[in-house]
Amino acid sequence: MTRTIDRRQLLRGATLAGGGLALSAYMPAWAQTTSGGIVKPMPTVSGDDITLRVAHQMMMIDGRESHAIGINGTAPAPLIRLREGQNARLTLTNALPDEQTSIHWHGLILPFQMDGVPGISFPGVEPGKSFTYEFPVKQAGTYWYHSHSGLQEQMGHYGPLVIDPAGEAPIASDREHVIMLSDHSQLHPHVIFRKLKMQGGYFNYQKQTLAGLLRGEGQSAKERADWGKMRMDPTDVADVTGSTYTYLVNGHGPLDNWTGLFRPGERVRLRVINASAMTTFNVRIPGLKMTVVACDGLNVRPVTFDEFQIGVAETYDVIVTPTDDRAYTLVGESVDRSGMARATLAPREGMAAAVPPLRKRPLASMKDMGMGGMDMSGGSMAGMDHAAMGHAMPATGAATGAMAGMNQGGAPQAGAAVDHAAMGHTMPAEGAAASGMAGMDHGAMQGGAGGQMAGMDHGAGGMNHSMRDFSNAPGVKKTPTVQTISPMPMDRMGEPGQGLENVGHKVLVYRDLMAVDRNPDVRAPDRAMQIHLTGNMERYMWAFDGEKLSEVKDPIPFLEGERVRVTLVNDTMMGHPIHLHGHFFELVTGHGEFAPRKHTVMVQPGGTATFDLTADAVGDWAFHCHMLYHMHAGMMQVVTVRPRGGDAA
Amino acid sequence: MKALSLLVAAAPIALATPVTAQDHSMHNMPGMTMPAKPAAKPQAKPTAKPRPPARTKAKPAPKKPSPAPAAAADPHAGHTMPGMTMPDAPTQADPHAGHVMPDSAAVATPANPHAGHDMSGMAGGMSHDMGTGGTALPPGNAPAPAAPKPNYADRVYSPQEMADARAILRGEHGGSTFWQVNFNLAEVQIRDGRDSFRWDGEAWFGGDINRLTVKTEGEGEFGRSVDDAEVQALYSRAIGPYFNLQAGIRYDFKPNPSRTYATLGFEGLAPYWFDVEGALFLSDKGDVLGRLEGYYDQRITQRLVLQPRAELNFAAQDVPENGIGSGLSDIELGLRLRYEIKREFAPYIGVSYDRRLGDSARFARADGEGVGGPSFVVGVRTWF
Repeated sequence: MTRTIDRRQLLRGATLAGGGLALSAYMPAWAQTTSGGIVKPMPTVSGDDITLRVAHQMMMIDGRESHAIGINGTAPAPLIRLREGQNARLTLTNALPDEQTSIHWHGLILPFQMDGVPGISFPGVEPGKSFTYEFPVKQAGTYWYHSHSGLQEQMGHYGPLVIDPAGEAPIASDREHVIMLSDHSQLHPHVIFRKLKMQGGYFNYQKQTLAGLLRGEGQSAKERADWGKMRMDPTDVADVTGSTYTYLVNGHGPLDNWTGLFRPGERVRLRVINASAMTTFNVRIPGLKMTVVACDGLNVRPVTFDEFQIGVAETYDVIVTPTDDRAYTLVGESVDRSGMARATLAPREGMAAAVPPLRKRPLASMKDMGMGGMDMSGGSMAGMDHAAMGHAMPATGAATGAMAGMNQGGAPQAGAAVDHAAMGHTMPAEGAAASGMAGMDHGAMQGGAGGQMAGMDHGAGGMNHSMRDFSNAPGVKKTPTVQTISPMPMDRMGEPGQGLENVGHKVLVYRDLMAVDRNPDVRAPDRAMQIHLTGNMERYMWAFDGEKLSEVKDPIPFLEGERVRVTLVNDTMMGHPIHLHGHFFELVTGHGEFAPRKHTVMVQPGGTATFDLTADAVGDWAFHCHMLYHMHAGMMQVVTVRPRGGDAA
Repeated sequence: MKALSLLVAAAPIALATPVTAQDHSMHNMPGMTMPAKPAAKPQAKPTAKPRPPARTKAKPAPKKPSPAPAAAADPHAGHTMPGMTMPDAPTQADPHAGHVMPDSAAVATPANPHAGHDMSGMAGGMSHDMGTGGTALPPGNAPAPAAPKPNYADRVYSPQEMADARAILRGEHGGSTFWQVNFNLAEVQIRDGRDSFRWDGEAWFGGDINRLTVKTEGEGEFGRSVDDAEVQALYSRAIGPYFNLQAGIRYDFKPNPSRTYATLGFEGLAPYWFDVEGALFLSDKGDVLGRLEGYYDQRITQRLVLQPRAELNFAAQDVPENGIGSGLSDIELGLRLRYEIKREFAPYIGVSYDRRLGDSARFARADGEGVGGPSFVVGVRTWF
């Protein structure tokens, strides 16, 4: 197949887009309510010399006007379309009257001084000043860009960035659309952050109630008491919710119904970007299967599924092939099911399909509290939640797999002997089980370590004593930021994400992803390390290893060319999309030299995610949770990459 | 990059192979324990068509033989079957798309929930696609380098500007200060003939750990002067995820004569979601008082909240001039039902029962005052 662009079709699309212009004057052309699909060239935002002017403006969402920060008069910011191999030259002018700004090119491999993080890669751009980013474009794919100053990103200072490949397009499609998901509130982001600081559950209007208990909803009274004893709220799935957010597709609310056109039978490539401040989306198109072809910009081998979870700052390119002459609804449901982003794919403008109702909000489980191996009542392996595991295992395998999860708390000593990711699968023999047990290192588990899984069948209350045991996380500082420490975090990269365990159709998981090209560096890691994701919902404090960026003494150091296996351990009950600037890393998901390479990885609640990083980009780089208010609360660090042999600064 | 288009080209050919050989849209085969079953391979492939040459180009076989330790560390190194995915097949409805194949037939056990899917045809095709390097290898134990100063940008930009920017960066990411004013009680108490008012609130300013906290509470009857009124100014420090330690000064405007106390206390969230606080007070006359206070918010609906509350005051000795008797000197029990129009603004109604006990009651009677009783309350719980 070759890429076919039908010019008349494109022109028609452009005309349709024009019809919506009067209503959406603030919207860039690619995000007009009815879009014929993005095409190249995009004259206003591509080329060798691009000018981007950041300023206050208004934006219109579902008929309501609100204040925004946009670029070149559009909010969200315009699509930037580059070509692999070109030299990008992008001049940012700060027209904000009284605050700094910046642009970070999310996922781009570039010199660190062009990465756009004030205080790490450059000083920032003062009001009235300009800054020119210049770098060679070394990659292709779907990316995005956003402010790294204050909380501007929440106000519209973000946009898609698409880089066309230098040669022939390796992924054939007849048409493509950018699907940029985001969240918008009428509240100023500083107000949102302050409210969270005052009351962590401020925006959660899906808490468990007495009325719910009487109706038989949610947890039983006993479970509620057990969780209450631990001061953990199982409904705490998202911090900022649909109670204040309107969820957007390409800057449009659900009522606006942004529409992407197709002709029946076409292969349509959707470049899905989660440009939210805080929202993890579960994306599906009822009636259409999706096939992923790229993740975080890089090509992956096709996998077909019905739904996928996209963490903040991730991108997924999926192919859909709608054959019927009808409209389809694209649903981006917030992970806490408090609202949805909605768009339509249709053969013609003005069509709409049924919008499915919001599904029931998920409740956090024991596994989400980091009791990975505990999720098997009755002590019987057969009772293990195979669906949630993302992969079933034979009876003995289940025991060992669970043990593997437990092992991760003590990874340093276990790491040399066993590959965590592999252990997430199966170990064939009882001997392996024994080694897994040997690596177990939890005070709380001593009683159960005799090899009987039944020993772990505690109720929640029974585990109370171990929910903040620092011996499970030796590197974590004992600070008020640490509300809990996962006693037995398990690798959850084979799981579909919170609330998607039993949705009745195929959900993409990280383990499904596999790179098309052999990984550029297939050496064994020189060393392994853990970083704990810690937080305190009551004080709304977030940090790595218990220390906020405002408190840390030292950055996280790497040597140039060093290859390190990094395990992120989520000690909180919330998923965190963790982003490392300036690098791609390989997920350790059992795919050897064809590991999927990503710039942002979701670490599921109470679980772990492991990647191998080749620190090949000298400089200082930001490393943070991409939930904006988590980062703002302190869940950020600086990663340094220094030449070997030390060239002193 | 080319690999994918080659795959695409290969799709129709591969399509011709039987379904059992194709349904690999989920690449990973976690349950498989291949290395142990080499015998399965030879007969595993008979149904699969010979691969198009393009395939081998797209995915070069690993050049080096797998070292034994690696194989031991990752028994699944050979299990992924990328080449068998059929992304572009027009009739692509993959009947097994949702099934992660957990288990090779070789290790099938009764526990295998997908035992119905015959995976045996896959074994041979999977053995060499993934390689044994990269993420399949166990990590070494090299030491971590020493942490340098994160100032690499100083070589490109003005060190002074970078220093300023770093200070802002650190301050903005975890170092912010906030303030809050919070009145849990602000109400009218209606009882036999004598309506009174009651307040209990606090304000704070500071960061996550260190705060200046001001507390005030008191009561009085309408038409008379205030009966009790106190203010505390405290340094508050987070000593754990849930609790603050607080120390400072308490000053009682009322009752007369006014008193000043040194204060040491705590405030926080106890298990089962109880908001609790307690303090010891040492007066300038050497008297020692104590207080325990707690409440619980029972959510009836998302906005309707029932709050049981208790406050107990203790004294180590009689303080007759202030009407305080030793022991448990007074109690206050309340039950308030509020409606959160906003989180910050919640009108409520309820009942309150307060009672002076022991010598406190005796002092009150001697002064011709009541010793307490039930009242109906109307108020607003508010914070901003």
